[in-house]
Amino acid sequence: MRTLAILFIASAVLIPPPTAIAADTGPLLTKIKAVGKEGAGNVEATKAWQDLVKLGPAVLIDTLTALDDADPVAANWLRSAVDSIADREINAGKPLPVDKLEAFIKDTRRSGAGRRLAYEWLARVDASTPKRLLPGMLNDPGSELRRDAVAVAIADAQGLLDKDDKAAARTAFKKLLGAARDRDQVDVIAGKLRMLGETVDLTAHFGFIPRWSIVMPFDNTGSKGFPVVYPPEKGVDLNAVYKGKDGDVRWKEVTTADPYGMVDINTLLTKHMGAVAYAFAAVDSDKEQTVQVRAGSNNAIKIFLNGKEIFNREEYHHGNRMDQHIGAGVLKPGRNEILVKVCQNEQKDAWAQSWSFQVRICDDIGGAVPFKVRDEKPKAPSEEKK
Amino acid sequence: MNKFIPIGLLLLSPCLASAADWTQFRGANGTGISDEQTVPTKWSKTEGIRWKVELPGRGLSSPVIADGRVYVTACTGYQQTRLHVLCFDAASGKKLWERQFWATGGTGCHPNTSMAAPTPATDGQRVYALFATCDLVCLDRDGNLVWLRALTKDYPTVTNQVGMAASPILYKDVLVVQMENAGESFVAGIDKLTGKNKWKHDRERQINWVTPLVANFAGREVLLVQSPAELSAFNPLTGEKVWKYQTKGIATIPSAVAGKDMIFLPGGDLEGLRPDAKGSPELAWTGTKLKPATASPLYYKDHVYTLSGAGILNCAEAATGKVVHQERLKGPFSASPIAANGNVYCTNEEGTTFVVQVGENVSIVATNSLGDTILGSPAISGGAIYLRSDQYLYCIGEKK
Repeated sequence: MRTLAILFIASAVLIPPPTAIAADTGPLLTKIKAVGKEGAGNVEATKAWQDLVKLGPAVLIDTLTALDDADPVAANWLRSAVDSIADREINAGKPLPVDKLEAFIKDTRRSGAGRRLAYEWLARVDASTPKRLLPGMLNDPGSELRRDAVAVAIADAQGLLDKDDKAAARTAFKKLLGAARDRDQVDVIAGKLRMLGETVDLTAHFGFIPRWSIVMPFDNTGSKGFPVVYPPEKGVDLNAVYKGKDGDVRWKEVTTADPYGMVDINTLLTKHMGAVAYAFAAVDSDKEQTVQVRAGSNNAIKIFLNGKEIFNREEYHHGNRMDQHIGAGVLKPGRNEILVKVCQNEQKDAWAQSWSFQVRICDDIGGAVPFKVRDEKPKAPSEEKK
Repeated sequence: MNKFIPIGLLLLSPCLASAADWTQFRGANGTGISDEQTVPTKWSKTEGIRWKVELPGRGLSSPVIADGRVYVTACTGYQQTRLHVLCFDAASGKKLWERQFWATGGTGCHPNTSMAAPTPATDGQRVYALFATCDLVCLDRDGNLVWLRALTKDYPTVTNQVGMAASPILYKDVLVVQMENAGESFVAGIDKLTGKNKWKHDRERQINWVTPLVANFAGREVLLVQSPAELSAFNPLTGEKVWKYQTKGIATIPSAVAGKDMIFLPGGDLEGLRPDAKGSPELAWTGTKLKPATASPLYYKDHVYTLSGAGILNCAEAATGKVVHQERLKGPFSASPIAANGNVYCTNEEGTTFVVQVGENVSIVATNSLGDTILGSPAISGGAIYLRSDQYLYCIGEKK
C-alpha cells in the first residue's frame, strides 16, 4: 500500500496535468510556425510536430487556434497535426472533444480555415453537425463554411420552387444572392431569380469595374514590354499624349456590357499583337478598406493600386479564369487609382488572339466592397481643340 | 512500428521498397516495365477486380505501391483547393489513412487535368506527393508528416495556368522535381529526409509537363531532364551537368524513356540516341512515323512503342527505329503504356485497356473496359494492376 502511495505521488509529480500539457504547446507551435523558405526550419518543425501530436487531443484547440496567424505553409503543418491526432483518436475508438470543437467553430474570431477543419472533424463523429450548424453560417466569414451553408440553402430554396411557392422562393434566393461568393453558386442563384422575373446585376454583385480609360498600343515586340515602365506607370494623366508603338496614342474611354466585367480590347478598341495596353479607373471609397483587386486575363498582366504594383504575372494564353490573379492592398478614403497593364504577345495560333481582362475589387472571400467608379474620362480630341 | 520515427533512425533504417514495388511514375526505374510473371490480362466492370474503392476527388496521378501499401493523390473542393494523399492496404483495399492539405499555389488549369496530376514517389518508408499547386509533401508510411514545402513560397512565380504535371522521382536520398513553366523554372534535387535543396538549376521558362528520368547511359546513371530545346543530363546526387543534347521541338508532354544504352526522345519525331565515344548522346535514328501524342513511349524487349494521336500503337526496332508493326487501337490515350510478361498495356481515356501481346506475332489479346475515365498511367505490383479513374482506385487481379 505504501508502495502504491509512493507511486501515486511520484506519478502526480512526474506526469503533468492536462492544463500543463496544453501550456507546453507554445514552443512547439512556435517552431512549426517558424518554417521558412526552401525547407528552412523543417528539421526543427518535424520534431516539434511529432512532440505536438504525441500530446493528443488535449492540444487540438491550441493547434486549431494557432492557424489564426500561421502563414499558408505553417498552416498545412498544423492542419496535418490536427488530422493525425483526430484520426488516431477515432481509430482507437476514443471520443473527440466535441463540445470544444463546436465552440471553436462558432467562434468567428478564429480563422476560417481552422474553423472549417474543426467542423470537418466534428462532422465525422457527429452526423448531425451540418444540419445543426450550416443554416446559421450563410454569412460566415470563412469561405468554405459559407459555401456549404449556401449549398444547403440553395437546395432548400429549390424545394420551395418545386412546391411552386414562388414568393417564398424569390425571398430565399434574394437572401442567398447576398450570401453567395463563389461564381458557380452565384450563377445558379441568379438564374433562379431571373426565372422568377427578378433583375440581377452581376457586375455590381461581384464588384467588377465596367468602365475604363485605356491607352494603347505600347511596344511588346518579342514580349519585351512587360518590364518596361511606360509613361502611364509613372502617373496617369488622362489627357496626355504618349509616344506609342506606332505613333502618338491617347486615352480612350471604354465600357463593357459583359456582366462579369470582361473588357475585350480587340473589339472595344483595336486588335494589335506584340502590344501593351494600360487600363485606368479611379474609384471612390467611403473609408479605408483592406481589399483584394482580382483579375482574370489570358495575357501577361500587372495591377497597380494607387501607384503601387500589387500583382504581376508574365504568362500568355494559358487560360482565363475569373479571380485567377489576386493582388492585395488598401483603399484609402476618397479617390483611389487602379491601373492595369495588359500585354499581348505575337503568337499566331487562333487560340492566342485574346487580349482582354476583367478586374474587380472585393474582400478576402470574394464579397464586393463598397466603392464607386468616378466619372473621370479623357477629353475627346474635339474638346481639347476648344 | 513506432509512429514517430526520429529522423536519425530514418537515416539508419533500410529502404522498404522492393523490386516488386511500383514506386513512382512508370515504376521504380521509370521504364513502365514489370518483371512479374502473373499479371492479369482480362477483366471487366464486373469480373477480375480484386477490389475497388471510391476516391474523394479527381486526379491524373498514378497509384504507387510499396511494402503492401498503395498511395494515391486526389484533389477536391471548389477550384480544387483541397489536396489529398491516401493510403490503402494493397491486399484488401482498406483505407489506412488519408491526409489533406490546403493548396498554397494557384489552381487554374485546363479542364482535362487537375491539381493531382503528378504521380507521387515512395521509398516504402515515406511517400512524396507533389501537386500541381507546387505543394510538396513528405509523409511517413503511417501518414505522419515528415516535412512539407510550398514551392510557390520559395519561388513565387513558379506556376502555370494550364496545370503543372511533372512527377517527382526518387534517386537514393534525392527527390528530383522538375518545375518548368512560364515563371521561375528549375530542376532541383531535394534531400528526401529534410526537404531542403541539395542542388538546384534554373531552367528555361517554358511550359512543360515531362517527368525526369534516371537512366543508365554510357555506363553511368544520369538524370535526364527534358525541355523544348535541350535534353540535359545531370549527376542526380550532385546536380553536376554531365552533357546536353540539343535538337528542335523536343516534346513537352510525353517523357523520354531509356533502355539498353539508348534514349528514346519524343518530339516532332521520335529520336533514338546512343552514346558516342565520349559518352555523350548522338543521334542514331529519327523515327518520323513514331511521334507519340500524350502518352510517353515504352521500350520493351528490344522494341520501342509509341501511341499516336490517332490511337495507333507503333512498334519499331529499338536499334534502328524501323517500324515493324502498327496496331490500331482506340484512343485518345493520356495514360502511358506499361508492359509485363510479354504484353503491352494501353489504357485509353474511356478506361479501356488494350492488352497487346508483343514479340513475333503482335496481336490484341484482350480489350478490357471499365467504362470509367482514366487519365493516369497504370501500375503493376504483387500480381495486380492498379488503375485510378476520376472516381475510383481499381486493383485488378484475382481475389485473395
